[in-house]
Amino acid sequence: MPITADQIRQVAQLARLELESGRIEKYAHELSSILELADRLSRIDTTQAQALAHPLDRVQALRPDAVTDPVGEAGRATFQSIAPAVRDGLYLVPKVIE
Amino acid sequence: MSVPAGWEAVIGLEVHCQLLTQSKIFSGAATAYGAAPNTQADAVTLGLPGVLPVLNAAALEMAVKFGLAIDAQIAERCVFARKHYFYPDLPKGYQISQYEQPIVSKGHLDIEVGEKVQRIGITRAHMEEDAGKSLHENFSGQTGIDLNRAGTPLIEIVSEPDLRNAQEAVAYLKKLHQLVVYLAICDGNMQEGSFRCDANVSVRRAGESKFGTRTETKNVNSFRYVEKAIEYEIQRQIGVLESGGKIVQETRLFNPDTGETRAMRSKEEAMDYRYFPDPDLLPVVVTKADVERIRATLPELPEARKARFESQYGLPAYDAGVLTGERALADYYESVVKASGADPKLCANWVSTDLLGALNKLGRDMATSPVSAEALAGMLRRIADKTISGKIAKEVFEAMLAGEGGADEIIKAKGLVQITDEGAILRAIDEVMARSPDNVAAYRAGKDKLFGFFVGQVMKATQGKANPEAVNRLLKQKLTA
Repeated sequence: MPITADQIRQVAQLARLELESGRIEKYAHELSSILELADRLSRIDTTQAQALAHPLDRVQALRPDAVTDPVGEAGRATFQSIAPAVRDGLYLVPKVIE
Repeated sequence: MSVPAGWEAVIGLEVHCQLLTQSKIFSGAATAYGAAPNTQADAVTLGLPGVLPVLNAAALEMAVKFGLAIDAQIAERCVFARKHYFYPDLPKGYQISQYEQPIVSKGHLDIEVGEKVQRIGITRAHMEEDAGKSLHENFSGQTGIDLNRAGTPLIEIVSEPDLRNAQEAVAYLKKLHQLVVYLAICDGNMQEGSFRCDANVSVRRAGESKFGTRTETKNVNSFRYVEKAIEYEIQRQIGVLESGGKIVQETRLFNPDTGETRAMRSKEEAMDYRYFPDPDLLPVVVTKADVERIRATLPELPEARKARFESQYGLPAYDAGVLTGERALADYYESVVKASGADPKLCANWVSTDLLGALNKLGRDMATSPVSAEALAGMLRRIADKTISGKIAKEVFEAMLAGEGGADEIIKAKGLVQITDEGAILRAIDEVMARSPDNVAAYRAGKDKLFGFFVGQVMKATQGKANPEAVNRLLKQKLTA
């Protein structure tokens, strides 16, 4: 199923990507060929196979519930040293209005 | 207010419940409420490159505990998924949640509305991480972000659309709240956002089998607001439909000041979260043995405890219901009974009427009660051994509330020991009778109502300290002699 230019624009919008309009056709073509591969895979009978959520066939390790990384003010200062804008311990971002 | 005739409302609730862990769901940063901004935001919480989430064992256990308490299926294998959206309080650009394979599914909760018991289905409960907080004021046109809350473990509990009016919705929400607090998996603090509710509401003509278009009202943070928001939404939707309009599927916000809901700015694009299994996390396996081990840690649940209070302590259903309403209250009551050895019904009256009334007036809760269970038991022992009367006990209790010490101290300091010495009581009776010969004559002539007058006078003469039972008995003897 080929991907349309509109679908490319929508996916780009969802991912907040700005696309040069000249390249949309190219992306549509490339993504379509990826989906063709997926189409081919979906023709294989997998009714007997259990879905694989992860390529490593292992289960999730758990960690005990303990505070092992108390950030504190020192930790915050380290993290905030790479932030573009901070004030009163807060990270500042362009105004978001709900 | 109920749903107008000819209409039916269909309500489902989504409840976000913060789990009472020490650390975050995927990292070792603390989850304590009220810390200085971003002092609990570690590299995982901030979504910095090169970090991996590792699931908190206690969060998983609490989710399983909840599932067992609502008689649900616990998935032997569940998977975390990424839910994508952009908002600055979600630094990774996605929330780790569960989508196709939640940990808990197909449970239920029984609610009572009036005399009727109703079973409300719980579709699912899944684990996810909380987001941070955005502060919009006072940053010269910028928004401040505090990520302390981000990464706090949540379970999102989704009910079936089984609720038909605001009262049922509130009864369900209260029952759920009681349960998670009993299980000690959530502190239930609605002001601090530990227990938050979104309400999905639609209406349809009575008899219709298809659901109407629903709206979702977000983050209504008290039981009363939930009731008001749902009632408003039902009336609003019926109004729109009756005037020939259409309901728009949208997210709405409740304004507690006006009691109304309003549409949030509609999104240009429909929400598309593009869920997919999170490659950073492997499938979570909960074995049957794990489930049984966790089942063994379940506390006695509210309904079972209520039934036991009725049978073990001989309490009426109403008292048992009040006392088991909150786990801390039920624990308090049982401590009082055990430590005082007094009549369980007497203990019940003191705890559910005097203590709760006082706490309510003081704006305190069980945890901050100025009178401990041991202290109240100490006073009840003095009623049981007849040192003080029930009436004097009220005075002692007031003094205990005011922090004047234990019951024995107060009784001694204020000279409140009950007069049980019959000689002393008889002397008081003689004095009262000698002072009111007319009333004595009238009583003897058949004016029975005057008995209360004599009791009052004798109690007054003894500063309320005479044993009431002895006063009644001796007065009767004297007056009819």
